[in-house]
Amino acid sequence: MSQELSALIYLVAAALFIFGLKRLSSPATARSGNQLAAAGMAIAIIVTLTNSGISAWTIIAGIIVGSGVGAYLARTVEMTGMPELVAAFNGFGGGASVMVASAEYLQNPDPAVQTIVTIALSVVIGAITFSGSFMAWGKLNGKLPGQPFGYPAQKLIDPLIVATIVFLGVMLVLDVGGSFVLWTLLVLGLVLGVTRVIPIGGADMPVVISLLNAFSGVAASMAGFVINENALIISGALVGASGLILTNIMVKAMNRSIANVLFAAFGGADSTGQGGTTSDKPVKAASAEDVAITMGYARSVIVVPGYGLAVAQAQHVLRELADLLEAKGVDVRYAIHPVAGRMPGHMNVLLAEADVSYDKLFALEDINGDFPRTDVALIVGANDVVNPAARDDETSPIFGMPILDVDFATTSVVIKRSLSPGFAGIDNPLFYNENNLMLFGDAKAAMQELVKAVAEL
Amino acid sequence: MELVISITVFVLAAFVGFEVITKVPPTLHTPLMSGSNAISGVTIIGALIVAGKADSTLGEVLAFVAVTMAMINVIGGFLVTDRMLEMFKKKER
Repeated sequence: MSQELSALIYLVAAALFIFGLKRLSSPATARSGNQLAAAGMAIAIIVTLTNSGISAWTIIAGIIVGSGVGAYLARTVEMTGMPELVAAFNGFGGGASVMVASAEYLQNPDPAVQTIVTIALSVVIGAITFSGSFMAWGKLNGKLPGQPFGYPAQKLIDPLIVATIVFLGVMLVLDVGGSFVLWTLLVLGLVLGVTRVIPIGGADMPVVISLLNAFSGVAASMAGFVINENALIISGALVGASGLILTNIMVKAMNRSIANVLFAAFGGADSTGQGGTTSDKPVKAASAEDVAITMGYARSVIVVPGYGLAVAQAQHVLRELADLLEAKGVDVRYAIHPVAGRMPGHMNVLLAEADVSYDKLFALEDINGDFPRTDVALIVGANDVVNPAARDDETSPIFGMPILDVDFATTSVVIKRSLSPGFAGIDNPLFYNENNLMLFGDAKAAMQELVKAVAEL
Repeated sequence: MELVISITVFVLAAFVGFEVITKVPPTLHTPLMSGSNAISGVTIIGALIVAGKADSTLGEVLAFVAVTMAMINVIGGFLVTDRMLEMFKKKER
C-alpha cells in the first residue's frame, strides 16, 4: 500500500475517533460512539499490519497476549474497581509509548535533533505515566497505603529529579553521552512517577487518574512525533484534552488547585488536626419507620449518594426503595456531586449498574436550585459534599467547595453509622439542623429496613 | 518543516478535543475516560511499526512489550467502555 493511501486511511480512523467522542454527548448515542471509535482503531491496526506484515513473532504474540489480558480484565472487573482498571490501562498506554520510542532509538541511535527531542519527551512522559498510574492503581485497590505519604526531603527530591531530567535532555540534544543518557532519562521518569504520586492521599486519586489520563494521551502524541505519524498525534491530543478537562472539573469540585493536590499531601495533617471534634448539640435520631412515613407521603425526593453507598454495595437496595416510592407517586431523582466516587462520573456508572434510569441522574449545577422545592433529601454515604459549612462558614477548611444544598429541602435525612466527621475530618453542621433526621446504621442494612417500612405503608 | 506540520496537527487536534469533550455530560465521564484511554492505545500503530522492523533481540523484546501493553490498552479499554455504556438505559414507564 502506498504511503499516501495508508496516511489517508489513518485520517479516516482519526475522524472516527472524533465522531465517536462526539456521540458520547448523550447516553442514548454513547454506545454507538464507542463502537465507532473501536472500528476506527480496527481499521488503523489492519492498515498497519498490511503494510509492515505480520511475520514477526513479536507482533503475533503481542497481539494474542495483549488482547487476551485486556479482554479478561475488561470482562471481570467490578464496577467499583473501575478506577483501578482505568489507572492500570493508563499505565499500559504510557508504558507502550516508552517502548515505541526506545525501540525506535535502538534502530536509529543517531537521529536528527528534533527526533531525539521527541524520543526523550516520549520516554520521560511515558515513564511518568507508567509508574505513576501503577502507584495510583495500588493506592486505589488498597495494595499500597492510601494515606498521603510525606517524607522530609520530598520537597527537594522532585525538583532535583526534574532538574536532572532537563540537564540530561540538553545533553541529548547536544549529542554528548550517547544512549546511556536516554536510559537514565527513562529510569528518572519512572522514579518521578513514584515520588510524585506517593505523597498524594487516596481521596485525591480522581484528580491523579484524570491527570495521568491526560499524560497517557500526550505520551501517545509524542510517540506519534517520533515515528512521524499524524494518527497518533491527533488521537493523543484528543485524549490529552479530555484528561485536562476532567482534571479541571475534579479540582474545581474539590475547591483546590492542581498544584495544591499534587504538592500539599492533603488529608494527613488536616484530618488529625480536627478529627473527632463532634459537638454536643442535639441531633434528631429517627427510626426507619419515621423516615419511611416522611418519604412515602412526600411529593419529591432527591437522593444524594456518596461513595459510602458503593462501599456498602447498597445501590441495588436504593433502587428498590426508589421503585417503591415511585409506585406511590413520589418523584425520585438523584443528585450526583462531581466527586461522589473514586473517579469522574463513577457514581453514575454504579447507579446505572443498579438499573437506575439515566434521565434520573442529575449533575450538581442542574439540580441544586431544586432543593428548596423538594420535600425530602436522602443522603446515603455522603458527608463533605453536603456540608453547609463549605457554603456558610468562612473559617471552614472546605469553605468554597461546591456542595449540594440539601439543607434547603423541607426535610433532610442522613443515613450514617455515627456522627463522626467525614474523610476530610470536618464536623458537619447539617446533622444538627432542626429539619434534619439521622438514621443511624450501615447504609445497606438501613436501606433494607427502609424498603420494608415503605412497603408496609 | 516536518516538525512544524506535526506541531500544527497536534495543536489543532487539541482544540477539536476541547470542543468535543466539553459537551460530554458528567454522567458519562467514566466511560469518556476509559474510552479516550482506549483511543490513546493508538500507540499500537507505533508499536506494530517498530515491531515490523526490529533487528536486534533487545529491539524485538521492546517491540513485543510495546505491542502487548498497547493491545491491553486498546482491547480492554473499548470492551470495558462498551460494558459500562450498555448499562446506561432509559427506563420507559
